[in-house]
Amino acid sequence: MINTNEIMETLHMIDQEKLDVRTITMGVSLFECVCDGEERLAQRVYDRVTSQAERLVQVGEEIERDFGVPIVNKRVSVTPAALITGAVRDPLPVARALDRAGKAVGVDFIGGYTALVQKGMTGADERLIRSIPEALSGTSILCSSVNVASTRAGINMDAVKLCGQVVCDLAKRTADRDGLGCAKFVVFANAVEDNPFMAGAFFGTGEGDSAVSVGVSGPGTVKRALEKIKGAPLDEVAETVKRTAFRITRVGQLVAREASRRLRVPFGIVDLSLAPTPAVGDSVAHILEEMGLEKCGTHGSTAALALLNDAVKKGGVMASSQVGGLSGAFIPLSEDIGMIRAAESGALTLDKLEAMTCVCSVGLDMIAVPGDTPAETISAIIADEAAIGMINSKTTAVRVIPAPGRGVGDKVEFGGLLGWAPVIPVHPFSSAEFISRGGRIPAPLNSLKN
Amino acid sequence: MEPISKAVVTVLGFDQKGIIARVADRLYKHSINILDISQTVVSGFFNMIMLVDISSPDCSFSVIKEELARLGDEIGVQIRIQKNEIFEAMHHI
Repeated sequence: MINTNEIMETLHMIDQEKLDVRTITMGVSLFECVCDGEERLAQRVYDRVTSQAERLVQVGEEIERDFGVPIVNKRVSVTPAALITGAVRDPLPVARALDRAGKAVGVDFIGGYTALVQKGMTGADERLIRSIPEALSGTSILCSSVNVASTRAGINMDAVKLCGQVVCDLAKRTADRDGLGCAKFVVFANAVEDNPFMAGAFFGTGEGDSAVSVGVSGPGTVKRALEKIKGAPLDEVAETVKRTAFRITRVGQLVAREASRRLRVPFGIVDLSLAPTPAVGDSVAHILEEMGLEKCGTHGSTAALALLNDAVKKGGVMASSQVGGLSGAFIPLSEDIGMIRAAESGALTLDKLEAMTCVCSVGLDMIAVPGDTPAETISAIIADEAAIGMINSKTTAVRVIPAPGRGVGDKVEFGGLLGWAPVIPVHPFSSAEFISRGGRIPAPLNSLKN
Repeated sequence: MEPISKAVVTVLGFDQKGIIARVADRLYKHSINILDISQTVVSGFFNMIMLVDISSPDCSFSVIKEELARLGDEIGVQIRIQKNEIFEAMHHI
């Protein structure tokens, strides 16, 4: 029998500490849609997504109602679109069909306008990547990603170069919305195939017909738990984070199991991520500050984040039968009020963020940079991040927004969960010659680790 | 067959006469049996937790949930009903 304190604690976590399930994401394989003829393919994709995900939003709302825990987003991820558009010249009809299908079933986002090009690009991959600016500026809920590197394959620098251009073009095409298009595009190294979080969600080639995965959240809950042990040694901090992550993940596991049962779709994974939002009390940066740092980004931030990221995983793993996705602490800038404040105060710079991505779950995320940043500089930022991922065998990613017409210190507003961000500086020195070389950075040696 | 059969009703707000009576009456109208009840008042703040059996309600969970929320608005307290499993999952292995 559960006791009164436990019930009150749960209610407190939901009401005051903003515990929520960030997303239920249904993965849908599109392989059975493969055919030639743009319009025919697009129609098959539309029919497949709308039939598979028809009840997703309804079931998500039912679970929310039954358990009283908010489920913020319902999403669909699909097979990387470049893999199913090989027989057509133009992938754009598929982009539009995915967007329409997502809207028809009522989801918040649909992800998977994706190409996996860590080693080389097929014609279809290249056509898809080049179409991303038009695809994302002409749709509203479609998300896109490109995997440009992996520990086994190295870094595809031709793709890195192309992605820098895509980011800049996308920003220009969505200039009326502060370059919002770039918030829906992410460049990965070591992308995972079962990530339920956007913008990088896609349904990998090793997956089945469909699966339902859950991404949890809960930075506020972790911070509140740490407030109770002020001054305690860091091993106690780690234990407290583990215990809290365990509880958060149990909610995710319950929701995932219920969603799977009610939708009659296999349970995929629970992603144990601490995903912040711009709301006060829902910040990863504030957890680091609670550990004793005056401002996130100062010396010690990487160590504090390493502790947090590892403890979240350790606590979460025991709470769920299937763990996957990105699992760790996200450090987006615009989606985290503590990060925003730290960047505004000058404590948090792009270089420090890059260092922190060595130990967080993903990478440089939702960072606004000056609108006149050259494409080669964006590519070089991507290359740096991909190198960190490649060498350390972890997922890294870049989602930067060169905000059109904005300079350092200006503010860009994306709205909703995407938040707002101060534009932070990039290095003024050119990386153009390095990027224009193209080719590949070979896969690293996995011994002689120093 | 729905496997979930228990739910937790929580009532939070400033104390006044008749809160338990009105909540219990509403549950009774939907053939919901009260299995356990715990109630405290601290400095005028009313806090009640009920464990109820919802295995054979004569209306759907969403209707009960809405009715209880409406009743809460009428009385001026917050009334919630959540299926038991969320609490079990978070606190018990």
